[in-house]
Amino acid sequence: MRKSDVFFIWVGMNLVLAGAALTHSHTTKSPVLEAIRQQALLVKELGLTDLCLSTEASYTRFPAVADLHAPFQDHPVCLEHFPSGSFISPPPALQGG
Amino acid sequence: MSRIERQRNIIDFTLSSLLRRKRKTIALILVYVLIVFTLGSVLLFTQAMKKEASLILAGAPEMVVQRMTAGRQSLFPVGYIDKIRAIKGVGAARGRLWGYYFDPRTRSNFTFLVPKVFEAKPSEIVVGRGIARSLDTSEDDLLYFRAFDGTRTALRIRGVFDHRSELVASDLILIGERDFRRLFGVPEGYSTDAVLEVKNSKELGIIAFKITQVLPDTRPIRRDLILGTYEAVFNWRGGMALVVLSGAVLAFVILAWDKATGLSAEERREIGILKAIGWDTSDVLLMKFWESAAISITSFFAGILLAYAHVFLASAPLFAAVLKGWSVLYPKFRPAPFIDFYDVAVLFFITVVPYAAATLVPSWRAATLDPDEVMR
Repeated sequence: MRKSDVFFIWVGMNLVLAGAALTHSHTTKSPVLEAIRQQALLVKELGLTDLCLSTEASYTRFPAVADLHAPFQDHPVCLEHFPSGSFISPPPALQGG
Repeated sequence: MSRIERQRNIIDFTLSSLLRRKRKTIALILVYVLIVFTLGSVLLFTQAMKKEASLILAGAPEMVVQRMTAGRQSLFPVGYIDKIRAIKGVGAARGRLWGYYFDPRTRSNFTFLVPKVFEAKPSEIVVGRGIARSLDTSEDDLLYFRAFDGTRTALRIRGVFDHRSELVASDLILIGERDFRRLFGVPEGYSTDAVLEVKNSKELGIIAFKITQVLPDTRPIRRDLILGTYEAVFNWRGGMALVVLSGAVLAFVILAWDKATGLSAEERREIGILKAIGWDTSDVLLMKFWESAAISITSFFAGILLAYAHVFLASAPLFAAVLKGWSVLYPKFRPAPFIDFYDVAVLFFITVVPYAAATLVPSWRAATLDPDEVMR
């Protein structure tokens, strides 16, 4: 077999795998969407404002309703020290001055 | 010789050439895959989370109003709610009772919340799955909490949230109003904050303005700002993603620059020999194009497929470690596979194009020179 044949088979295999990933994303979406719908209902019913992504600091648990000076709340020169704080950036209203 | 046959011959030659430099080619592909995998994981994870957050939080309160005292959130007097209701355009408004509780056993924060309607008996609670997991408890078990005055308060678990609700309720404890006030010492006539609905959502901005006029010590937070927060949190072009991105892209730029500034002596000699035996400049460029295509296609597909498996099949363990931080109540969830092709295309262009340019430009320079000069 020529090397170019192997190359085209390899590209084809990659395309098939990418197609499989796309099919997987479509087939697994409907149960996930159902879970999302239920969570959206729970959010509406309980009046929740945030996702439970990080529970280590109040301002990364509830970033949408955190105090304006949240990362510095312990004392005026307190530096942000929670690992999740490096991932969860401040709300847009506080960015760009 | 047909045009297709010509291309195939050049591909055959290119692959043989790459295989002759096996170690170098494998090392290059590994670096390339790692970069696409890292950037792809950030991109797929943030894209999926952004979409999920926007769908889940679509039902969040239209507006949350907090009372601020000395720059900090303080208890919200119930009398304020009547003043808010009196503003034209405001529909339903109610006080919301919720708060954090630091649990020394698990060294984590729980979120206590009083729902609008709570059907459990007094001293009963409904807990999130993360809490049940970390305390190893189930329905009908008693949980003890230290109240604001130091007394021990026993609450019985009436139910545990469904596992599908972990992304919003992993650390949540639903509790009755009387038990909440007893536990936290929140006096009657006060709530944590207030939530309200407006009759016309287009008036949210003007109503928020009116609230700050009537109640200057309050801070209204509109739903679009809540959703905007998650847009900002999961914007893969910002925050930590940018740090990850800039490091990886910088490394890749250095790699590309290293290639662009000159070919190795071996590669130059190869081009010289090809030109000497009659190859055109266009043939050499075609060979370099296929070389770049073979490496880029292999690396891009491998990287993006690994990123897909990492995020959507393995629940993104690399990011979980960062989000989890020091907390023990990290929710178990698998991001929904929402894929934005625009972002995938951007990733393709920021990885493949610089590499293609880095291989083609020096080859073009070498291929246009005289064979004798190139080999010298």
